[in-house]
Amino acid sequence: MTTVWVPCDAAAVSVGADDVAAAFEAAGVMVRRNGSRGMLWLEPLVEVEQVGPDGTIQRIGYAGVAPDQVPAVLDGTAESIGPVDDHEWLTRQHRVTFARVGVIEPTDIAAYQQRGGFAGLRHALAQDPAKTVQDVTDSGLRGRGGAGFPTGIKWETVRTATSDLKFVCCNADEGDSGTFADRMLIEGDPFTLIEGMTIAARAVGASEGYVYLRSEYPHAVATLRRAIDIAYAHGWLGERIQGSDLTFDLHVRVGAGAYICGEETSMLDSLEGKRGEVRAKPPIPALEGLFGRPTIVNNVMSLATVPAILANGPQWYASLGFERSLGTSVFQLAGNISQGGIVELEFGVTIGDLVDGFGGGTLTGRPIKAVQIGGPLGAYLSPEQFDLELGYESLAAADAMVGHGGVVVFDDTMDAAAMARFAMEFCAKESCGKCTPCRIGSTRGVEVIDRIIGAPDDGVRRTQLTLLDDLCTTMTKGSLCAMGGLTPMPVRSALKHFPEDFGVMEES
Amino acid sequence: MTLIHEPDYGTPPVESATTARVTIDGREVTVPAGTSVMRAAKEAGIDIPKLCATDSLKAFGSCRLCLVEVEGGRGTPASCTTPCTDGMVVSTQTEQVRGLRRGIMELYLSDHPEDCAGCERGNCEMQELAVTTGAAEVRYGRGGASHLDEAPDLSNPYFAYDPKACIACSRCVRACGEIQGTFALTVEGRGFESRITPGGTSFLDSECVSCGACVQACPTDALTEASIISLGMPTRSVITTCAYCGVGCSFKAEVKDSADPSAPPEVVRMMPLKDGGANEGHSCVKGRFAYGYASHSDRQLQPMVRESIDDEWRVVSWEEAIATAARGFTAIQATYGVGAIGGISSSRCTNEEVYVVQKMVRAAFRNNNVDTCARVCHSPTGYGLNQTFGTSAGTQDFASVEEADVMLLIGANPTDAHPVFASRMKKRLREGAQIIVADPRRIDLVRSPHVEAAHHLQVRPGTNVAFVNAMAHVIVTEGLLDKEFLYDRCEDVDPYLSFISLPEHAPEATEDITGIPAEELRSAARLYAMAPNAAIYYGLGVTEHSQGSTMVMGMANLAMITGNIGREGVGVNPLRGQNNVQGSCDMGSFPHELPGYRHVGIPEVRSIYEDLWGVPIQPEPGLRIPNMFDSAIGGSFRGLYVQGEDIAQSDPNTQHVEKALRSMDLVVVQDLFLNETSRFAHVFLPGTSFLEKDGTFTNAERRINRVRPVMPSRVGKDEWQITCELATAVGYPMSYASPAEIMDEIAATTPTFAGVSFARLDAEGSMQWPVNAAAPHGTPTMHVGSFVRGLGRLIETVYVPTTETTNRRFPLVLTTGRILSQYNVGAQTRRTDNSTWHPEDILEIHPSDALMRGISTGDIVSLASRVGSTTLRALVSERMPAGVVYTTFHHPITGANVVTTDNSDWATNCPEYKVTAVQVAVANASDAAHIGEVVMADPADSAQSAHDGRRRRRDRVPS
Repeated sequence: MTTVWVPCDAAAVSVGADDVAAAFEAAGVMVRRNGSRGMLWLEPLVEVEQVGPDGTIQRIGYAGVAPDQVPAVLDGTAESIGPVDDHEWLTRQHRVTFARVGVIEPTDIAAYQQRGGFAGLRHALAQDPAKTVQDVTDSGLRGRGGAGFPTGIKWETVRTATSDLKFVCCNADEGDSGTFADRMLIEGDPFTLIEGMTIAARAVGASEGYVYLRSEYPHAVATLRRAIDIAYAHGWLGERIQGSDLTFDLHVRVGAGAYICGEETSMLDSLEGKRGEVRAKPPIPALEGLFGRPTIVNNVMSLATVPAILANGPQWYASLGFERSLGTSVFQLAGNISQGGIVELEFGVTIGDLVDGFGGGTLTGRPIKAVQIGGPLGAYLSPEQFDLELGYESLAAADAMVGHGGVVVFDDTMDAAAMARFAMEFCAKESCGKCTPCRIGSTRGVEVIDRIIGAPDDGVRRTQLTLLDDLCTTMTKGSLCAMGGLTPMPVRSALKHFPEDFGVMEES
Repeated sequence: MTLIHEPDYGTPPVESATTARVTIDGREVTVPAGTSVMRAAKEAGIDIPKLCATDSLKAFGSCRLCLVEVEGGRGTPASCTTPCTDGMVVSTQTEQVRGLRRGIMELYLSDHPEDCAGCERGNCEMQELAVTTGAAEVRYGRGGASHLDEAPDLSNPYFAYDPKACIACSRCVRACGEIQGTFALTVEGRGFESRITPGGTSFLDSECVSCGACVQACPTDALTEASIISLGMPTRSVITTCAYCGVGCSFKAEVKDSADPSAPPEVVRMMPLKDGGANEGHSCVKGRFAYGYASHSDRQLQPMVRESIDDEWRVVSWEEAIATAARGFTAIQATYGVGAIGGISSSRCTNEEVYVVQKMVRAAFRNNNVDTCARVCHSPTGYGLNQTFGTSAGTQDFASVEEADVMLLIGANPTDAHPVFASRMKKRLREGAQIIVADPRRIDLVRSPHVEAAHHLQVRPGTNVAFVNAMAHVIVTEGLLDKEFLYDRCEDVDPYLSFISLPEHAPEATEDITGIPAEELRSAARLYAMAPNAAIYYGLGVTEHSQGSTMVMGMANLAMITGNIGREGVGVNPLRGQNNVQGSCDMGSFPHELPGYRHVGIPEVRSIYEDLWGVPIQPEPGLRIPNMFDSAIGGSFRGLYVQGEDIAQSDPNTQHVEKALRSMDLVVVQDLFLNETSRFAHVFLPGTSFLEKDGTFTNAERRINRVRPVMPSRVGKDEWQITCELATAVGYPMSYASPAEIMDEIAATTPTFAGVSFARLDAEGSMQWPVNAAAPHGTPTMHVGSFVRGLGRLIETVYVPTTETTNRRFPLVLTTGRILSQYNVGAQTRRTDNSTWHPEDILEIHPSDALMRGISTGDIVSLASRVGSTTLRALVSERMPAGVVYTTFHHPITGANVVTTDNSDWATNCPEYKVTAVQVAVANASDAAHIGEVVMADPADSAQSAHDGRRRRRDRVPS
C-alpha cells in the first residue's frame, strides 16, 4: 500500500493538513503524520513514498496540497517538487537539532531510536556525570533562549550545588514574535527534548523536570504529553531509567499567556504557582531556582541539542560555527518573506544569505527595508548590515542580538517610528510590573514617541528625543531584567537607521 | 521626647561565619559575608536611596533607585540584591547612578499626585527622594496614562488604601506574606496596570487580618492609618508594651500633644517596635489598632460608692471611696474574722500593681486570700511545670521556634489568640518545619495558605491525658526515647516507663476515648520523637480541664523522654492568654505562694517578707477564687477587692458567681469600665489603662517589658497608689515614691528578679527571668544542662475522664475559645472598631449536627447545659468535628459562661471551660427575638433576679 506523509505540525494544520490527511485516508492509502520540514511556504507539504532509482525509499514532495488534489497526487498527475530530502532548501542547511523534525512520526519511539535517538543518553548513562557536564562545556553550546550563557557552566553550578532536590526546567514559553522553533521541535521530535532533559538530570543529579509550555501551543502540549507517556512506558523516564540508577520524572506545565514568563525567573515563579514576576539575581536559579532548589533552566533548543553533542562528541559540535558562536543555530524566517520557515545552519551565515538566499526576499516583492532579529526586543537592522555574520558577539558589536534566532523581515512600507512605538507598547503590556523603569517607563515611552511623531516643530521633537534617549538609558541600565533592559534596543535601532520615520531630517 | 525613627538598613541582617570587608564611597566596613551592599552602606553611615527595600523584608530589587557601581563589575546592580564580597569596592554616587536615579524618580513622579497628602503629612518616603535625586521636574508632563483617578478603599476602619499614591513597590504584599503569613494581598494585572489588591475585593471583605504590617511597610501615603488621616502626624513616641495577649509586643506609642497643656495628649497610632524582643516589629489588629477603649466615653473616671447594689451609683471623692472601702473591710474583719475578706489581682495590671495587691492582702488584710485570674487560665501550667521542671514558666523564648523542626501544638489557636507569635510559627513552617495540631477544631494552622499540618489530631474534648499518654506510649514502646537524656537529667524514670508502657495507653486502646485513629497518632508520635528539635506549644485547651495539671505534666513527660528540653528549638511552652499572666503569677498572686513561686508554708521565705513588711504572714494558704465564691455563699467570706477582672463574665457558671457576689457585704471593683462584676459592687475605683501605666509586664517567654506612661493617669491616681492608699486606710501604711521602687522591692526579695530594675530595663531593654548573678542578662532558654529543680521529674499521668459527660439530653460537647479581633471578655475590644469583624459571639456547629437539628448558618439557636442556657447565632462549619460545638465569650450579652459548669482542675481549680455537655436547638420565635438572653437553671437564683429569671445583659452606666 502506498504510504503518504502529511505533516501534523500546527503550521501545516493551519493551512488544511488535517483535511488533506483525511482525504488520503479516505482514498485508502497509509497516512503517516510527520512533523514539518520547516519549509512553511510549501505547507501542507505532502510526501509520497516511492522506491527511488537506487532501490531505497524516497519521499516525493507535493507542495500546498488541498484535499481535492489528493487523487492527482496519488495518480502522479500532480506536480511534485521531487524528493524532499534533496530539496536545496534542506540540503543547504546543517541540521543537528532539527535532524529528525519532519522526517519521523513525532511519537514513534522506534523510529526515533533508528535515527540515532537515545544514543546521547546511553552515552551519558555510561559515563561520569561530571564528564557529561564537561562534554557540554567543551562543545561550546550556549543558551539558545537568547542570553547565550555557556550551558556547561550553568550545569556545573547546579551539579556542584548541594541539595536534597534539584530540578531541570525547560523554558518552552516561546513568546518572541517570529519564532517557532521550539514549537516545531516539540511537535515534530519531542523525544529529543525529553532525552536532552534526561541527560541534564543525569549530569547534575536532578530528579524532577518541568517543561513550561505556553498555552498558545495546544498541539505541542498534546504531543509532548503523549511522548512523555510513551517514554515512561518504555523505561526512558521514571525510576531506574534503562536499568540505571537514574530516576527522573518529567512534567508539562502550561503557561497562562504572559510573555514575561519566558524570562527564566518569572517562569520559575509561575511554575511554583505564583504570579509570574521577575526575581532579582542573585541568587541565580542554578543555586536557588524552582522552590529554592538548584535548577537548570534551559531553552528547548539548548536541551534538544545536547543529545547530538553527547552522541557525536563535543569536538564535533565545537568544530561547527565561528568565533565563540559554536555549533548550529536554528533560525526562523518570518514576517514579510517569500520563503519562511526553519533554517538550521552553522553560526556565521550572513543576514543577507538568510533573508535573500533562503528567504527569497519579501513576499510582497518590494525591497527589504529592515529585519528584526531576536524577537520584539531585538534590534532592527538595515540592508547595509546584511553582510553581518550571525553570531552572539558579532551582533552584539552591532548593538543587536541573536536572541532566539527569529528573523522578521519588513519591506519598504514599514514605518520605523510605529515599530519603535510598538516595542514600548509591547513592553507596557507584557512587563511583569515589578521594576519601575519597565513598568512606568514603557508607558511613558509610547507617549514620548507619540509626541515625537506628532511634533509640531523641531524644537519639540528635539526635546522629546532627548527625553526618549534618557528614558532608554534608564530602562537599559535600570531595569531588573532583560525585558525592560532590551526594549530600548528596537527603539534606538529604529531611530538610528530610520530617523526620517521619526521626522528627523539629516541636519537635525 | 521626639518621634523615634528606627533606622532602616534596607535588607535584613545576615548571619555568616565569614566576613566581607568592603569599601563604599571610600569608607571601609566589615560585614557578615552575604550582607547586601545597601545594608553595609547604611552601617558605614551611607544612605542609598530606596523605596522597595526595608529591613523587615527580603530584598526585592524592584524600585531600582539603589543602583550602584561596583569596581570591576558590569552595569549598575541594585545594592539591595547585591551581596558583599570581600574586597568589593562600591560607589553609590557616580554621575551614572545619579542620573539613573533621577530618571527613575521622574518616572515615579509622573504617576503620582502632585498634591499628594503624603507630602503634606510628611509620611511619604518619596518626598525626600524627589529632592535628593533632583527629580523635581517631570518632563513627561501630566497628561499621560496614570492611576490618579482610582478610588480609595476606605472599607477597613483602621486604615485607608489610596491607590493614587501607590507606587506598586509590593512592600505591602511582601509584608502580608513574609511577615504576617496571611497572603491576603497580591499584585493584579501586568505592566503599567500592575496594581495592589486584597484579592480583588475590598480590604474589609478580603482575607486581610488587619495586622497593620502592610501599612507599616508602605513607603508612601497609599496605605495610611485612619488615625493619621484624622489626627495628623504624631510629634513624639513612647516605647511601651501592648496590654492584650501574652505575646507582649513592644510598641512605639506615637502621640500628639495638645496645644492646650491641660488637655491629655492624643495617641495617633501604635507602631510595633523593630527592637521589641517578643515581636521584632510585628503586630496584630488588637495591639496595633484597638487602643481606642482607653479614651472611650464608657471609661469611668471617678470613684463611686453605693449602699446597696440596687442603689444608683454616687460619684464621690477618692478619699471617700477609699475610706468607704476600708471601713467596710475593717468592719467585716471585726465581725467575721481576718479571713472573711480577700482580693483578686489582675493579669492585666503591671507587676508592680499586682505586687502591691498581694502585699495589701498579706500585710494589710493579714491573710493569704489573694488569687488572680490566672486561676481560670494557666494555673495548671504553673503547677504542672513546677512539679516536673521546677519552675512555673515556659522553657523558651519566642525566637526559639525558628530552630524547631517539628511543632506540636495542643489546644491553642495562635493565629487568633497569639497572632504575632503565630506569624513566627508560620514563617518557620514555610521554611519547611512541620506541625502537628491536636485540637478538636480545624484551626487555621491545620490548613491555610502555605501551611499544612502533618497531622491534625482531632482529640475529643476532655481526653487530652489519654492522648498524651498514647503519644508517650508509642515513643517508649517503639524505642524512640532519648535514653541518655532521660537517665542523665531525669528522675523516677523506670516507674514512669513501666507505667506508660501499659497496654491501656496504646493508641489502639485510647482510640475510642480520644477519637484519634491509632495509626495517625503513631505517626504523629514518631514525627515528634524523631525530629532533631521538637517543640510543644499549648494553650487553654490544655489547662482548662479537670485534668489540666495532669496534661501539663504529660507534655513535660513527652519533652523529657525525647530529650526536647534545654536548648533552642524545643521545650514546653504555654501561650499565655493575658498580657501579664506570667507576671501576675510571678508576683505572688496565688494564695499559697509568695513572689517567685515560694510556698507560704516555708518559714525562710515568709521571714524575708515579715522582716521587710514588719508584719507576720499567715503560714497557711488562703482561699482560691472558687473557694471564695463557695465561702461567700456559705456566709464566711464577705468582702472582696477585685482589680481588673470581670469575674461575673469570665468565670464559669455565672449563676454561681453572681450568687456569691450577691452574698457579700462589700465588693470593691477597680476597673476601667463598669462591668458585669460591678453590678454587684459597692465601691467602684476607676483604674488606669496601659497608656497611663508606669511599670512592667512579663510575657509568656518570661520577658520583663517596660510599660511607660504615654499620658498621665486619667483618674488622678496610679493604680498601685490606690492600692497603697486602701492598705493604709485599712491600717497598714504602704507607700512608694514610684513604681521603680516597687520593682526594687521585688528584686530585693525575689531571687529570679534579683538583677531587675527599671534603670536596667530602660538602659538594656527587656530581660527574661531569671535575671540574677548566674544570668545577669536574663535567661532566654531554661533548663540548659540541668533542670531548675535539679533532675526533671517524670510523673505518672493517669487518665481520669471528666464527670461532665454527654447524654441524651445534652448530646453535644461545647468547647470555648477566642477570635482574632476580640479579646477575652471584650471589655476593651468591644469598645473599638474591632467589633466590625466580630459583632457577636457565634456558635460553630458541624454540618451533620446542624442538619439533624434543622439549623442553618445565621439561625438563632438556644444553647443549653445542665446549669443554664443562652441564645446565639449559629455558623454551620466544617471546622468542627461532629459532636462538638464551639463559641467565644467575648460578648457579655451572649453569656457563654452561663452554660459552663463548676468542674475544675483537680490540682488548681482551673475551670473546665473546654468541656460542657450541651444541647443546641433552633430557638423559638420569642427566643429568637431576644438574642443573648440567658436563662438560669437554678430557680433560687432566678427568683432573686428582678427580671423573672430572664435578663438582658448590658453594661449599666449611671446617667
